[in-house]
Amino acid sequence: MTTTLPAALRAPFASGGTAAIDAQLANRLLGIALEAGGDYADIYFEFRVSADYSLEEEQIRTLGRGITLGLGVRVTKGDATGYAYCEDLAWEKMAHAARTAGQIAVGGGHPPVSVAPMSSIALPAFYTVPTPSLVVSAHDKLALLRTADRAARAYDPRIVKVEASFTESIKEVLLFTSDGRMASDVQPLMRFGVRAVAEQHGKRQGGNAGGGGRYGMDYFAEAQRDATAHGREAARVAIAMLDARDAPAGEMQVVLAPGDSGILLHEAVGHGLEADFNRKQTSNYSGQLGKLVASELCTVVDDGTIANSRGAINVDDEGYAGQRNVLIENGVLVGYMHDRLSAKHFGISPTGNGRRESFQSMPMPRMTNTSLLGGKDNPEDIIKSVKRGVYAKRFSGGQVNISNGDFVFSLSESYLIEDGKLTAPLKGVNLIGNGPEVLRQVDMLGTDYALSDGIWTCGKDGQSVPVNVGTPTVRIASITVGGTQA
Amino acid sequence: MTAQSSETGKIPSAGVSQRRVKELCDVAQLAVELAKQAGADHAEVVVREASELTAKVRLGAPELVQEAGSCALGLRVVRGGRRAVTHTSDLRREALEALCAETVTLAGFAEVDEFALPPDPSLLATSVPELDLYDERVAEVDAAWALRQAIAGESAARRYDPRVTNSDGATWSRTLGASAFATSGGFVGGYRGSSASLVVEPLCDDATDPSNPKKRNGFWWTASRFLSELEAAEAIGIEAARRTVATIGSRKVETQECAVVFDPEVARSIVGTIFSVANGSSFWRKSSYLVGKEGELIASPLVTIIDDPLRPRAAGSRPFDGDGLPTRKNQVIDRGVLSPVLCDVYSARKLGRQSNGASGRSVGGNPGPTASNLIMQPGSMSRQELLRSTRKGLYVTNLMGFGFNAVTGDFSRGAQGFWIEDGELTFPVSEVTIAANFDEILKRIDAVADDLELRTAIAAPTFRVSHMTLAGTSRN
Repeated sequence: MTTTLPAALRAPFASGGTAAIDAQLANRLLGIALEAGGDYADIYFEFRVSADYSLEEEQIRTLGRGITLGLGVRVTKGDATGYAYCEDLAWEKMAHAARTAGQIAVGGGHPPVSVAPMSSIALPAFYTVPTPSLVVSAHDKLALLRTADRAARAYDPRIVKVEASFTESIKEVLLFTSDGRMASDVQPLMRFGVRAVAEQHGKRQGGNAGGGGRYGMDYFAEAQRDATAHGREAARVAIAMLDARDAPAGEMQVVLAPGDSGILLHEAVGHGLEADFNRKQTSNYSGQLGKLVASELCTVVDDGTIANSRGAINVDDEGYAGQRNVLIENGVLVGYMHDRLSAKHFGISPTGNGRRESFQSMPMPRMTNTSLLGGKDNPEDIIKSVKRGVYAKRFSGGQVNISNGDFVFSLSESYLIEDGKLTAPLKGVNLIGNGPEVLRQVDMLGTDYALSDGIWTCGKDGQSVPVNVGTPTVRIASITVGGTQA
Repeated sequence: MTAQSSETGKIPSAGVSQRRVKELCDVAQLAVELAKQAGADHAEVVVREASELTAKVRLGAPELVQEAGSCALGLRVVRGGRRAVTHTSDLRREALEALCAETVTLAGFAEVDEFALPPDPSLLATSVPELDLYDERVAEVDAAWALRQAIAGESAARRYDPRVTNSDGATWSRTLGASAFATSGGFVGGYRGSSASLVVEPLCDDATDPSNPKKRNGFWWTASRFLSELEAAEAIGIEAARRTVATIGSRKVETQECAVVFDPEVARSIVGTIFSVANGSSFWRKSSYLVGKEGELIASPLVTIIDDPLRPRAAGSRPFDGDGLPTRKNQVIDRGVLSPVLCDVYSARKLGRQSNGASGRSVGGNPGPTASNLIMQPGSMSRQELLRSTRKGLYVTNLMGFGFNAVTGDFSRGAQGFWIEDGELTFPVSEVTIAANFDEILKRIDAVADDLELRTAIAAPTFRVSHMTLAGTSRN
């Protein structure tokens, strides 16, 4: 895709750019970073162009655009990390950042480690985008917002308000490590969102819909996710929720819809399997490798290689190729997600999960696209099997406490299940559970595995990265539903 | 590469000089001028510079030292009633010229919004009050000193109790910043600020249920704009350990209706939630259940909340607002009655009224109503008295999740804390949710303690809600 990008969207540090960085210059910077005695250093150049468009009250309200450019330098010495960054690619600024990060190793007592000769790692291409959306005229994107707005209003006269937004970015990275790895990648990302509000007899309810991923305008080519479909879906949820009744409170059976429900997996087990927590023995899953940690129905995979998915990465932010990693196989914990530091600690190869929000932050083990794989049950049979419970369809977010495994996630569209049928919609409610316990409670898995349409952003230690999730229909034998009807 | 790079180089420490604030004001004014030359009718420019130092230790050894500075410029233009907002980290004059031209072009794609015009110049602040928000001593701290503080905090936590078996570490960090704002209406102003903090995060092993051993984490912290106002590192470590050890053996309780007492650490998040539905933006968008209720009783008469941006040395203070208007103290709730909501210029216009100087602005966004020091006023009883008068309920120390629907007021969040029985805290509780409609929650506040501490921008004393639905285990 790089060949189709106009100059304004190309990084100044790329070859041919106004501040081109080559292996020789990188070697000099890494040498400075290691002067004080560090074991390892890497330098990470990032250029990001982003834009956003919003519609409100049937009018295009805001257009925005932003540019960031910078260099992050990391030096490690044992388990200690020194980190510095600069937004200016003038040599003295970069050298100052390298020297500052290198201070972590002062008094280290061994001669400077030499920088290995650079070799580019061969990269896959999981997001070939024929036309990045940033290249396309703003008119085309504004037209999508208007289409979604009209579709939502046309869905039902009770829709009184629609907001639509489109955000897009292209991030170009170039990194070099003192052990001789060099990689560059161009990462497109777009997201389309619609919110509709319905009103009836003084009662108001909202509904959200949207999606995206590492796509260009080709994202909208499929009918089920074009602007009209998202507009109608937001309106459908808002109208359905007008009849929402108070949710029950207490432990009961819960059925998770395919796709978005993966957010439960992300919170309940995903974070606990990030190896930094396990290196430090601070996770519930520490020391559990090889043990049964979930129902034998469960196989959990983190897969950075899913084409165009929001969490896909050709290369992680430490220079390791994105890959597919099985975390739990038939209920048994078989692996963690690693960055360079934790992989070294556990004596294994990095898994391509070392990610960072930007050049201003150091990499950590992070999820990419995390899924619970499909099972053998007919999804309809799963719903039919429940006498009284909750069907969870859409989610607004979740949170986990890594140490004790407690997690919550918030339902924005859910229904009561009575005698095997979906009956009344329920008001917004939280589910609360304990990660390891809830995975042991999984007792039916559908054949209908689906990936969520890319909307999720994961936050950890103040750093946000785009991720995706996926599940089939899942039955959980018992989980606490946080409604008001005790 | 920035316009100021040569000057920056002369400043020996990470400190922000008054002269630097003036330089940023000059950059902001230059960008306003360039935007007007590029064809903007109106332009507003914010420039923010920040430098950070983060020193984290774990198990007595340094884990991370991060030290760096950054600068960003945000531009908002209006042309023919159409607006666009852009930002960049490249402050060179030629880069700013390109940005201005692009922003004006971008605005051409928007539709005319008659409310988007800048404030009447006569309303703009004419002076910038000195609020004492910057401490030179914070700037003097180096990484070695910061690491020693973090080590002192963490080791105090680890020494406190043998059940503290591990650590998520201790982090000492500081930020020094400067902010400048200029508008084509004639406002220009800037100020600097500092902040420093220490957080300690101990970990315990909890083998209460041998078949399901758990880890329990907790934390405690201190933060201030002034170094001398930070609490001692050892005291923070001890309090962090005390709080963490107390959660060993946490369990669910039965599903029931009961009283809920909010510790100040979570009480302030409830106050933040109130602000999210009591501001001009949520009002004109009709995305709040409180729309149309100004002047009405929306909470218990025990509830009074004030937003005060002019408190010297306070975390949330600001000498002027995001539209360039003077800031002022505003009532948010007066003895249960909803006051006129906080507005920026845009939301005030949408609601057909005047701004009350409560605008906040990020570098890359449009201005909007933003709380400053949002403080729930204390009551007259002590926390002890409040607890003693509670027969049965949940004392909440931690809330999880995002279960709040602003349009309907439905509230459901995960909670952790202690069970209250006959006025005493008994055993620790986790993995339950508390739920009720927010309207009911605010009206059911039946006790407010006198333990308000003003160490955060949003602050509240301990208070009690007479009853909420607690979801936990099935009733036997």
